Amino acid sequence: MKVIVCAGPPTSGKTTVLKQVSKILKEKGHRLAYLKIDVQFANEDILFKKEFDIPTKKVYSGDLCPDHCNVVVLGDAIKWAAEEKADILIVETAGLCLRCSPYIERSLGIVVLEATSGMNLPRKIGPMLTLADVAVVTKIDLVSQAEREVFRANVNEAAKHVAVVETDALHGINIGHLVTRIERTQDISAPLLLRGNPPVGTCTICVGKKEIGKEAHFGVLRTLETDIFYRGE
Amino acid sequence: MDIKEITILGGIGKNGEKELLDTVSLKMGDVISIVGPTGSGKTALINDIELFANRNTPSKRKILINGTLPPDEFTTDPSKNPIALITQHTNFLSDLPVHQFLTIHAKIRGAGRSETIVNETLEFANQLTGEPINEHCAMTELSGGQTRSLLIADAVIIGNSPIILLDEIENAGIHRTKAIELLKQYKKIFIFVTHDPRIALLSDFRVCMKNGSMQSLIVTDREEKKAAEEIKKLDDLMLEFRTAIRAGGHITFKGLEERLKALGYVV
Repeated sequence: MKVIVCAGPPTSGKTTVLKQVSKILKEKGHRLAYLKIDVQFANEDILFKKEFDIPTKKVYSGDLCPDHCNVVVLGDAIKWAAEEKADILIVETAGLCLRCSPYIERSLGIVVLEATSGMNLPRKIGPMLTLADVAVVTKIDLVSQAEREVFRANVNEAAKHVAVVETDALHGINIGHLVTRIERTQDISAPLLLRGNPPVGTCTICVGKKEIGKEAHFGVLRTLETDIFYRGE
Repeated sequence: MDIKEITILGGIGKNGEKELLDTVSLKMGDVISIVGPTGSGKTALINDIELFANRNTPSKRKILINGTLPPDEFTTDPSKNPIALITQHTNFLSDLPVHQFLTIHAKIRGAGRSETIVNETLEFANQLTGEPINEHCAMTELSGGQTRSLLIADAVIIGNSPIILLDEIENAGIHRTKAIELLKQYKKIFIFVTHDPRIALLSDFRVCMKNGSMQSLIVTDREEKKAAEEIKKLDDLMLEFRTAIRAGGHITFKGLEERLKALGYVV
C-alpha cells in the first residue's frame, strides 16, 4: 500500500487537489482510503465518501498539536486502510504547522501552496516544504506568468529537490503529473518513521496553561533577550 | 523549441454541437483577433490555447504546436512555456519593488544582461502608460494600466514568449494603438481578444465566436483594409477628445465640427 501525506496552509487547496487526484486514481482502478486530520472542524471525510464511495475517516486533534496527532494515529490508520483493502491511503493533514512536517519515510509528501500567497511563502514555511517530495502550486490562473516563475524559483531555492507541479486545481489542470508521481511511489513498509525531527513536543502552553510570561511556565523557556534555558526537574 | 505554427482543432460549442471551424492554424508572425459577443466563448478559446487543451477542457478542443502535441515541459515549467497570456484580471500580487522583481525574473529566464534587459522592459512599458512606472514602488502599487503595460513588456522582452495572448487590450488602460505598433516590431504570434474594430482590422484575420463555438474565419481583405484607414481616423479623433478631457479641457461643438471637416466629412 502507498501512503500519500498532504500538508499545506489552510485554504491553499489541499482538498481540491486531492479530489482531482482521487478522481483520476479511481478511474484507473485504484482502491483508495482517505483520512482527514484537522483541529476542530472538517467535513472532507463526508465529501470524499459521497463523491468517490471510498472508506474515509476523520480525526480531530483538539488540544493536541495536529502533527503530533498525526504521528499518534497514523499507525492505526495504515492498519485500517489495509483492512479496507486499499492500495493507496490518502492522508490530508491540518497542515498549519511551520515547525514540523507530517511526512513519513517512504510516503509521498505533498505540500500545497497558493501562488497568490506571496513570493516569500516558500522561505517561511520550513519543513512543511523542505521535507516534501512535491510542491503543488495552486490558483495559478490568478497570477501572472512572471510571478509563477519567480514563485517556482523561490520554492526550489528553499527546497532544491522538491518537484513543482503548478495547477488550477478547480479545473484539474496539470493534475496528471501529480498522479504519475503518486503511482511511482513505493509501498510503505516498517519501520514507520517520521521524516524530520519535530521541535520541542510537549510544553506547558500546549497543555493548557494560558498565563502570559515565562514565570508561569516550566520546561524550555527564554526571555526576550536571552537564549533558551530549561527550568524544571 | 522553435515555434513555427500553432493549430487549434475544433471541439464542441456550448450546446454540445460540433464547431463549424474544425481547424485554425496560426503561423509565426501572424496577428489574429478573436471577436464575438460577450459570453460567446472568446476567453475560453484563449484559455484553451494557453492550457494546450488536449480534449480535456469543456470545449474538447485540441492544441498542436508545429503539428504535434506540445511537450510536457510547456506545462510543467513556466519558463519553457512559449505562451504568455495577459488577461483583464491578471494582476501582480508580489509586493517586491518593480526593479527587483524584474531583475529576478530576468535572472530566472537567463535573459542576458539583467540590467540592460530590465531597463528595456521598463522603457517598453512606459511607452504604453499614461504615468511612467516608478521602478522602486511595489508591484502591487501599480495602477491597472501600469500593471498591464508591465505584464506585456515582461512577456515580450524578459519572457521573450513567441506566442502572446491579449484579452481585451482596449480595456487595459494603455495606449492600445501604440502597443500594437510596438508589438508588431517583434516577430511573434499575437492573438487579441477584442471588441475594438481598429484592433480587429489590424489583424491578418479574425475568428468569429458564437455560443462557445468558432463560427467563421474572416481574412482582412483589401476592402476592409481600405475601410480600416477611415476607421483609424475616426478612432484617432475619439482619442484626441479623450486626451483633451483627461487633460482637463473643455469640448466645443465648433471644435468637433472643424475636426470632422478637416477629415473631409460634411457636418
